[in-house]
Amino acid sequence: MPAAELPGSIEPKPRLPGSVEPKGQLPGSVEPKGQLPGSVEPKRRLPVNTESLTPAALGSRLRGVLGVHPPSTFPLASPTWPGGVPRPPLEPTLGMDFDTEWARRYPVRLARVLVSELVARPAVQALAAPRVSGLDRITHLDEPVIFAANHNSHLDAPLLLSVIPERWRHRMFVAGAADYFFDTRVKAVTFAFLLNAVPIERQRVSRDSANRVAALLTEGWSLLIFPEGGRSQDGWGQPHRAGAAWLGVRTGRPVIPVHIEGTRQILSKGSSRLKPGTTHVTFGRPLRPMAGDDPRALAAEVELAVAALADEQTTDWWTARRRAAARTTPSLTGPEAGAWRRTWALAERSSRARRRPSRRGSGAGRWPRD
Amino acid sequence: MPRPGFVLEVDRSTPSILTWHGEGFRLERLPPGRSRVIYAPEPLEPLDDPDDAVRDALLHPLGDCPPLPELLFAGMRLTIAFDDISLPLPPMQRPDNRQRVIEGVLDLAAAAGVDDVVLICALALHRRMTEAELRHAIGDRVYDAFAPHGTLLQHDAEDPSGLVYLGQTDQGEDVEINKRAAESDLLVYVNINLVAMDGGHKSVATGLASYRSLRHHHNVKTMRHSRSFMDQEHSELHSSNWRMGRLIAASGVKVFQIETTLNNDTFPEQMSFLQRREWEWTARDRATYLATTRGLAMTTPRLARSIFQSIKSPHSMTGVHAGEVEAVHAATTARVYRQQLVDVDGQTDIAVFGLPHLCPYNVNSIMNPILVMCMGLGYLFNMYRGRPLVRQGGVAILSHPTPWAFHPVHHPSYIDFFEEVLPATTDPIEIEKTYEERFATDEWYRHLYRTSHAYHGVHPFYMWYWGAHALEHLGRVIIVGGDPKAVRRLGFSPASTLTDALEMATDTVGRDPSITHLHCPPIMIADVH
Repeated sequence: MPAAELPGSIEPKPRLPGSVEPKGQLPGSVEPKGQLPGSVEPKRRLPVNTESLTPAALGSRLRGVLGVHPPSTFPLASPTWPGGVPRPPLEPTLGMDFDTEWARRYPVRLARVLVSELVARPAVQALAAPRVSGLDRITHLDEPVIFAANHNSHLDAPLLLSVIPERWRHRMFVAGAADYFFDTRVKAVTFAFLLNAVPIERQRVSRDSANRVAALLTEGWSLLIFPEGGRSQDGWGQPHRAGAAWLGVRTGRPVIPVHIEGTRQILSKGSSRLKPGTTHVTFGRPLRPMAGDDPRALAAEVELAVAALADEQTTDWWTARRRAAARTTPSLTGPEAGAWRRTWALAERSSRARRRPSRRGSGAGRWPRD
Repeated sequence: MPRPGFVLEVDRSTPSILTWHGEGFRLERLPPGRSRVIYAPEPLEPLDDPDDAVRDALLHPLGDCPPLPELLFAGMRLTIAFDDISLPLPPMQRPDNRQRVIEGVLDLAAAAGVDDVVLICALALHRRMTEAELRHAIGDRVYDAFAPHGTLLQHDAEDPSGLVYLGQTDQGEDVEINKRAAESDLLVYVNINLVAMDGGHKSVATGLASYRSLRHHHNVKTMRHSRSFMDQEHSELHSSNWRMGRLIAASGVKVFQIETTLNNDTFPEQMSFLQRREWEWTARDRATYLATTRGLAMTTPRLARSIFQSIKSPHSMTGVHAGEVEAVHAATTARVYRQQLVDVDGQTDIAVFGLPHLCPYNVNSIMNPILVMCMGLGYLFNMYRGRPLVRQGGVAILSHPTPWAFHPVHHPSYIDFFEEVLPATTDPIEIEKTYEERFATDEWYRHLYRTSHAYHGVHPFYMWYWGAHALEHLGRVIIVGGDPKAVRRLGFSPASTLTDALEMATDTVGRDPSITHLHCPPIMIADVH
């Protein structure tokens, strides 16, 4: 019997070689874990060890069960990062820094043309039944241009890309908000591929983003941009920002005002349900910026032109022209009033547009006698 | 740089030459050594920005005329008249020149606060245009803005309350024109000048006139003394209209004239071989020709007609001038000549004209035998300046199927003219003296003209007079491939093939005659020295 062994003491179980001695416990003592000497023994708990449920532990146990040996360690595998060494910041690859160059390479363009012509255009036709007018105002143009449209819905870009004449449609890029369309890799890749979207900064003035877009315009690409900077909140337009106009002045490309009507009824902001309907796209007369023009003045001109197109759609061309000349074209941004009155006014405008005589009405082919 | 017109001397190495034949075409071999082919100049470069050019023309008018904005004021009566369906040929792809110009004028009118605006289609005695045709000419925007309010009108030359008599010229010609146009503070006339004959004082004095006025220059005497219609210095039609136009101006009608010119880019890309020189045809051109001719051979005439009538020409605007009528027309005519004139040395014994499917009076309609005569002897024969292409006593060979077919809605009086007048006589003087007044004052024709889409009762007479100069000048007219009965009714000789026709012509002009083929369309004017 060993000299140190006292009568009545409990003999500790032999420990496995390599096992760790519990901290603060004398060798050989059998004090229950966390229990003070002389205290009452706590109720027994389920034998669940949360540490054994971590992914690492589970993986280790699984490898043991399957007889798979752990992977090679450094230098056969990559080294682990020392905990005391701070990691350098990751190179940003999203938002403004997302590179869309690949989306303009030939194979990607070809794939986009196929998707656009075989899927997107038929789908837009079925969903939005676009009626297009004003194309005759731009038939004489064959240079790269900037299409500046009002913005009501996510459907606006696909709709325009399906009705813009072919000589621009397949060599066009779309200005997409960097903070919305390029905030995750999946969204960035999707929009860059489908729309040839290029990120632009809409929260602040960014010289880099503007230069990138201007370079593409100079290289012969046409731009589709929504100068309001985002979709309409309540159906009325928002004041135009000067980005499209600045690009026009910088590159000398004509700016074509475009008015879209009806997309909000199909897919409004905040909605995820599509309700098929009809849309009307009106192209305006190109505005030709000259070097030295004030971009803000041009932006105001574009906004007025889009408002006049909206008026033309609601009334008729002659009424719209007279109101434009008298500077009484109804504003795109609606009345400065409370929310309900704005909604009321919007409903009234829509009903006027619906009352407009149909192009092929009951009197088609017959001549109104004077 | 477009190439100028060109006269090809046919030799043994010359390929077969494309010859129009109504709703179709053939490749014909011309005898080498004594034949030539006249090719039109290539299309001139179009204006870079036609809308800007229109605005510039309105702001910088020609002649003694202030800029348009200075003539516009709130409270005024503004009338805008424009050319009808007969121009251009074929109808041009949208947007039409008329639309561009009218929108430009209305933009300035809107800026000046003009409310009382009326648009009038200046169709003289032509048929009223349909809604679709008007939409094509002036655009949907203008149509939708004016037609529903009854301010888009078509001139009615038989409406006594809608006409005003302005007096007589020093030659005793009555001048009676549209009342609204005459009583407006400003009359803006919008032209498409496809050929040198269009525009000038003829726009108002003819387009907005009544039968009482028109009969003074649409008669056999005037037509015979217009040599040719395309040469203003030698055209009595032109002189008469000028006298009337000056009287209209002296009566206080303020006219602001706007004239536009087109290049001769006539056929869309898929049919461009039709305006290419045959030896420059590519494999694709040859394949298209073969496919088209084979396909047309298998179609019915009705289907072929609708196919050809659906062609919209890619004409582009090459110029626009505005301001005082005569100054504007001088500038316009110079531009038309620049596009269309081809220098030709000497006349010919036999002229060959391949007649296309279209003339000014059968747009969206049928080219009936009377229009075949008018197109061949009235228009193509008169596409000259200086001397006629064919010598006095020479032969004109026309190539056209000349079907015994009429459009009953558009050409009702043509049917009676063909059935009743031509069997009795083909002499224009006799026809004018004996039959014109009865047709011109027939109540049924008048009713159809005013309420349907019919040409005026007197119109087939004018078509016949149109060829009066050629009938007097030529020794014989032969039609290749035409319906023999219809051709004989016209007083001409039918032939099955061009070779037969050339053989028949030798009876009139002798052995080994010189032959000239006018390769038209595209339109050109032979400047014969």
